[in-house]
Amino acid sequence: MTPPLPATRQPRTIIDKIWDAHVITEQNGETLLYVDRHLLHDGSFHAFDALKAEGRKVARPAQAIAMPDHYVPTTGRRFGIPVADYRNLVDGLVANTAEAGITHFGMDDPRQGIVHIVGPEQGFTQPGIVLVCGDSHTSTHGAMGAFAFGIGASEVKHVLATQSIWQRRPKTMRIDVTGTLPQGLGGKDIILAIIGQITAAGASGHAVEYAGPAIRALSMEGRLTVCNMSIEAGARAGLIAPDDTTFEYLAGRPYAPKGKYWDAALAHWRSLPTDDGAQYARTVTVDVSNIAPMLTWGTSPEDALPIDGRVPDPATLDDPVRRESKTKALEYMGLKPGTPLSEIEVDRVFIGSCTNGRIEDLRAAAAVARGRKAKVPALVVAGSGLIKAQAEAEGLDRVFIEAGFEWREPGCSMCVGMNGDTMSAGMRSASTSNRNFEGRQGKGARTHLMSPSMAAAAAVTGHFTDFRRLDQA
Amino acid sequence: MEKFQTITAVAAPLEVANCDTDRIIPARFLKARRSEGYGKNLFRDVRYDRDGNPLPDFPLNKPAYKDAKILVADVNFACGSSREAAVYALHDAGFRAVIAPSYGDIFFNNCFKNGVLPIVLPADQVAAIRTALAEQPGSTLTVDLENQTVTRGNDVWSFEVDPQRKECLLEGLDDINLTLQHRDAMGSFEQQYQADRPWMGSPA
Repeated sequence: MTPPLPATRQPRTIIDKIWDAHVITEQNGETLLYVDRHLLHDGSFHAFDALKAEGRKVARPAQAIAMPDHYVPTTGRRFGIPVADYRNLVDGLVANTAEAGITHFGMDDPRQGIVHIVGPEQGFTQPGIVLVCGDSHTSTHGAMGAFAFGIGASEVKHVLATQSIWQRRPKTMRIDVTGTLPQGLGGKDIILAIIGQITAAGASGHAVEYAGPAIRALSMEGRLTVCNMSIEAGARAGLIAPDDTTFEYLAGRPYAPKGKYWDAALAHWRSLPTDDGAQYARTVTVDVSNIAPMLTWGTSPEDALPIDGRVPDPATLDDPVRRESKTKALEYMGLKPGTPLSEIEVDRVFIGSCTNGRIEDLRAAAAVARGRKAKVPALVVAGSGLIKAQAEAEGLDRVFIEAGFEWREPGCSMCVGMNGDTMSAGMRSASTSNRNFEGRQGKGARTHLMSPSMAAAAAVTGHFTDFRRLDQA
Repeated sequence: MEKFQTITAVAAPLEVANCDTDRIIPARFLKARRSEGYGKNLFRDVRYDRDGNPLPDFPLNKPAYKDAKILVADVNFACGSSREAAVYALHDAGFRAVIAPSYGDIFFNNCFKNGVLPIVLPADQVAAIRTALAEQPGSTLTVDLENQTVTRGNDVWSFEVDPQRKECLLEGLDDINLTLQHRDAMGSFEQQYQADRPWMGSPA
């Protein structure tokens, strides 16, 4: 019998490697994990309030950056924020970060944007680090090979005070995405196909590594989209091993290491990918070679189908609880079983969010909008000021404006509607965001999730349309 | 944080799979300070009609459940947004424990920071409890954290809980104080870490 390898030589997953490198101490099965980087936004006020009430100080201000994203207006910024409640939260972040000495990208700073867009864009997010933020879509940053997860306000307070967090070692799960993704499809189609297959609770309690040829073939933007929605499958975190795509994306970004530091960092990053033979608690395979552009019909991200599908009939479900919940979802969405998805008409289109507000997303949407006219109101919200500027330099803003789309300032906007960008009850949106929950885009509002190409195609036809067949539509 | 003590209280069943935190408290109520209280907006949009009148079919609006302190929910309860306000809303509305087969990870953690106990039991046991509660609206459950049991009449269910979280909840301990006891370990960790990863300290 071969003796087991010494503990340090056991094949490890990338998740194990990052975890092991961040253990400060362990107690009662819980680990005190060192936090490298912390992102803060305008919803962080609960944490700062509590910190102040307890008379505590921010331990490592240099390891955080902050920016308002949830409550910022997407129009008329030169007039300030008209709604006092929102203004107070955005101003509160300015005051709290100034007092703590934390770098803040204010509303008039071109670097301002959605935290999950700006972290990677600034090179603040790096492979092998532990990154946290008081927002569930922090899983996004895993696309760069970081162990990144969303936390609650009390945990934000804890990280501010101690630069560490108590965690239980997550179970590991690998999702192998096999096959060659059809031309024109992207990260959003992959992640909707995954959640459709494994369900919204399918990765509960796990940190997920996405692997396989279809993942390796994705651009950095596509990978960020996939990892962004890990939380919608119930995962604590989702990540992708860093490779040359990651390193090329990072090189030269403001917070990325430079010169000899870059070489040292690169050597470390190259050691991160999962060792051959490492064990995962669970492995799932999703083949994407034959998928069509994906979209959701219900009120959970698991309610995803290809555009050539039809609204399903809950009556065919065996589980009575599931049958009732899907029946209620259809009632809320105002849909009848059997309706072809391509016949469903939309009232609003939203292109943006931390899922799909990157430059590649805007290019994909603009390619569909070019030379066409929107039939319904459509909103395009860049994920950051720098992306907005880049899109303008490429003339994408003009494409959108000529097609009758609105071109707005960066923020979370109509993904969650906290800044007032919402739609009224009964209205139906084609949205590039991440959640189709009841009331997510406004009380009684109906949300369908899809890629930027699909959302733009819905805008120019007024109904869900396979963007690849637009010329025949 | 208040100490978690054994409770015997009315339990309300909620038959919704994947009940997300947007449903528990919609985004538009999140701008309130903690001191303003979140209880009145718990399940706001599924609990009240357009004019703010309670919807009679929603379980928590039924007179039998008006004093409920325990919620018996379904799979993947409180998935979605990390908003701790979802726990604030439950807590401020009087809830001290939730029982479900699984939870959104972040919500689960948030509960322990606010004196609310999230209990995990197998799906079939949770379904049986919900059915029993629905058959006798207003009946009670006993949640004993010390002994890690849920009791209904002669039925007893045992649950697992992390020892550290259990202790913090039973004692009402703040985990920052607990962490600060590890200052020395933190100091030596950071020293080694910075030596191993000099690029992490490189200026922006």
